Amino acid sequence: MFEIVQDILDVRTLAQTVASESDGAIATFSGIVRGTNKGKKVLFLEYEAYPEMAVKMMERIGEEVKATWGLESLRIQHRVGRLNVGETSVVIVVSSPHRDDSFAACQYAINRLKRIVPIWKKEVFEDGEVWVEGPMESLEVS
Amino acid sequence: MKVRVRVFAALREILGKDEVEVELPEGTTIEGLWGQLVDDDDRLKPFTKSINFAINHDFVSKETELNPDDEIAFLPPVSGG
Repeated sequence: MFEIVQDILDVRTLAQTVASESDGAIATFSGIVRGTNKGKKVLFLEYEAYPEMAVKMMERIGEEVKATWGLESLRIQHRVGRLNVGETSVVIVVSSPHRDDSFAACQYAINRLKRIVPIWKKEVFEDGEVWVEGPMESLEVS
Repeated sequence: MKVRVRVFAALREILGKDEVEVELPEGTTIEGLWGQLVDDDDRLKPFTKSINFAINHDFVSKETELNPDDEIAFLPPVSGG
């Protein structure tokens, strides 16, 4: 399941969907809106996605995780719209028979999401706002 | 031919809309289309170094030629998570 959503995210609910008798580990990641960035107080964030492509790129990450670790349990949900400090912007869960694979796959998934999934955030401060730009790189993912 | 381009984030705010329609000669590349938009609005110029291109929900190289039915998108560096 790979989704762009407007609603509040709950990592526990998502984690329950990947539990199985054969898996002894579930790794989860929650991305949280930080109250400061580079020393400046953040009032709130605005997230925007290219939803159709974002889902396609998250599905690609799922395929990569399957190819590398043989795991088909990866789930990602990313929220868009206005998010206040302390709210959850993204949740990732993955289960595996033993913990090493789910830890590694979960970390891979968030790193990859930050590079190839078309989602953007705008930080709103007391005295202005700025679209955050990720690393500048040429992407020709096929 | 006429193509439609979806724009996001800072680009969307600069252009004041989330989609633009452009008339192009056949065989135009996606980089050529970007150049045409920059010629029309030089506030887009700073993005030339960092912009990524997508057609039909996949990243493509700047040399990719456009077809009338393509869903074209210009993507600033992503910052999700």
